[in-house]
Amino acid sequence: MADVVDLSLFVRYREDGAAFVELAVDGIGAPECINRIEGGLESIAGVMEARLNYTNHRVRIIWRAGEADPNAFLTTLRNLGYRAYPHVAHAVEEAEIRKEKWLLRCLGIAGFASMNIMLLSIAVWSGNATEMSVETRDMFHWISALIALPAVAYAGQPFFRSAFAALAERRLNMDVPIVVGILLALIMSVYETMNHARNAYFDSGVMLLFFLLCGRCLDQAMRRKTRAVAGNLAALKSETALRLDNEGQAVLVPVGALSSGDRILVRSGERISVDGVVLEGKSEVDESLITGETVPRQAEIGSTVYAGSTNFGAALVLRATAIGEDTLLDEIERLLDNAASSKSRYVQLADRVASAYAPVIHIAAALTFAIWVAFGASFHDAILTAVAVLIITCPCALALAVPVVQVVASGAMFRSGILLNSGDAIERLARVDTIIFDKTGTLTLPEQRVSNRALIDSELMDVAARLALSSHHPLAMAVAAEASDRIPLDNAEEVTGEGIRALVNGVEARLGSLSFCGMDRSDNGSEISGVSHVAVAFGNKRAILHIRQALRPDAVETIDLLKRSGISSLRIMSGDRAEAVEPIARALGITDWQAGMTPADKIDAIKGVQGLGATVLMVGDGLNDAPALAAADVSLSPISAANLAQVHADAVFLGERLRPAFDAVVISRRSRSLMRQNLAFALLYNLIAVPLAFLGHVTPLVAALAMSGSSVVVTLNGLRARYRSLAERESPKGAGESKVEDMVLGNSP
Amino acid sequence: MNVLVYLVPIALFLGLGGLVAFLWSLKDGQYDDLQGAAVRILSDDDLPSEDTGKK
Repeated sequence: MADVVDLSLFVRYREDGAAFVELAVDGIGAPECINRIEGGLESIAGVMEARLNYTNHRVRIIWRAGEADPNAFLTTLRNLGYRAYPHVAHAVEEAEIRKEKWLLRCLGIAGFASMNIMLLSIAVWSGNATEMSVETRDMFHWISALIALPAVAYAGQPFFRSAFAALAERRLNMDVPIVVGILLALIMSVYETMNHARNAYFDSGVMLLFFLLCGRCLDQAMRRKTRAVAGNLAALKSETALRLDNEGQAVLVPVGALSSGDRILVRSGERISVDGVVLEGKSEVDESLITGETVPRQAEIGSTVYAGSTNFGAALVLRATAIGEDTLLDEIERLLDNAASSKSRYVQLADRVASAYAPVIHIAAALTFAIWVAFGASFHDAILTAVAVLIITCPCALALAVPVVQVVASGAMFRSGILLNSGDAIERLARVDTIIFDKTGTLTLPEQRVSNRALIDSELMDVAARLALSSHHPLAMAVAAEASDRIPLDNAEEVTGEGIRALVNGVEARLGSLSFCGMDRSDNGSEISGVSHVAVAFGNKRAILHIRQALRPDAVETIDLLKRSGISSLRIMSGDRAEAVEPIARALGITDWQAGMTPADKIDAIKGVQGLGATVLMVGDGLNDAPALAAADVSLSPISAANLAQVHADAVFLGERLRPAFDAVVISRRSRSLMRQNLAFALLYNLIAVPLAFLGHVTPLVAALAMSGSSVVVTLNGLRARYRSLAERESPKGAGESKVEDMVLGNSP
Repeated sequence: MNVLVYLVPIALFLGLGGLVAFLWSLKDGQYDDLQGAAVRILSDDDLPSEDTGKK
């Protein structure tokens, strides 16, 4: 459409005066896109450089300020077949990127240090076996110390900070025993070196750090990737509003650029993006997203309307009263925080293990010391043995056991089109035995569709779709979705409350109400509930389009898979009327359904099921589902959901298919069993290692072998989460995947 | 054992060189677009016969 977005808000300037902007681009598939996009943008006069980041699908364009119009970039990309929207770097995402770089720096330093210390250590070990002068050994130890101490001081920071934060809150996490182990290993090694001892543990401490940092980096890379996709999606669906300037000209501006007191035009069928007071016009607004109420409310001069509602009738002019942070939506969000805090009581598996494990090994070390002293060993030997116990039990494998699986599993989910909001969602998803679905937008597609398309003459359908492109009416949007090319007719004229008409090849075409197209109510046949009718007339051809909500293409199949996968109870809870819910429930074979539920009813129902000991997964989208999403044990939202619902969902799935709901459960279950295997292995390792350390058999060589060996085994086992999920996904993908999904799946067209 | 006097510093120096190279590449943004780098190496846009790009 001809709307032009005011991009000045997004343009930034470099020191040399060149302007640059970053755009999120949708629709990138094959690698050829790189050349096409960069070439296309660089051919615009004034553009100095366009660089596409193929990993996160963003293009950065640098141009000489004033010589190019940023809107030309969007037009060029649109002509090339890509949808683009300016991307504002969110503070969260930038923080993730900074953290990833920091972790990589730590990893590099730990890697350098562990390699060089190992170089020296191997010399010492072989020297101890043959003969090496004490002076040479001491020199090697001192050089090791020289490398290890600064390296640990820098590269150990991620663990020091997390451990101190946990201790400050008087709880234990896995990082506490790690930090204690590493620090003791270093202190003891320095002490031993001063006393010209045979052994030092610099290599063990630094290598341990290196392995753990590998785990952290992988985790962080996964998190950043998810953030980047989420950021792009946010940019692509970011809302705009029509602001009226002093001359009454409407300019399309991003919602972020609005300020309180602006006059805003809301056309028919548009989402209202701010809270405001109506200045001109009379209309009906649909507030179902906010209140769950499906009957539209009257809005006239002086009445207040809220962000998130949809204008169903004629155009309205508003004066904005609250923008962004202060809107009613935000208010609801604050109230919701209470409901959400109940979920944070869930303690992650790793932390549960950590809080039991840390005291045990510290007591074991103390006992070792006491027993050695009791049996007459010297103080020095007793301390050495106790520290060896601490070092060997330093939970390297344990600290990797859960995160490695989590990273691999969230990667597998990512490929299935699921973005995780919270890391512990995997553990909660694995325990689900009851799934509650919302109907509208969750089991059904978020937009309405033309249901009798096959019966309509294709020329007539094409005319109807092109007419519909010029209208903002919700029903017209459904018709427009059938358009083969998205070029609107240039002489289309909208008749308010009736429909839209235009001349096509000299013949008048109309789309709208039955009477507008010269048809009788009686042509309509029987009224079916939940179906809206739109008539189309072109020359002497006439047809009625049935528009209704359609099930997601694979909904039946997915529900069937879920039933067979041991989910004991599947339910539908909808705020819609019983007549609309019943046919859907029947089509899916779900016997347990309730209609006409308010958000409070949904929460009560969920609490009731939870009271019987069930673990509930809530799948829903609307704003009225948000409290239910927060109340359930774990929640999933389609990407089309209201922003608020997404904030409260543990995961978001992309695309038109419902299959991700099934994938999420399956991947999580497999991950949980792998996590348990890993934990079991880590404990077994300790059962063998601790007695050895207790008896004083742990030399630095044994410690290095045991710790790296156990870490590698745990990591390799965790990777199985990926390979099995790939084998399972060999079934061909359904056609008609959305562009958003392609974007996430990367280069597979 | 005098050989150690210069062998150990050489070993450390080589290791440090690798570390500095890694930190430089990290700072230079070489890890920002790993997939893109894998794909770009196959594109021929630097050949003079093509005139889509400016370079």
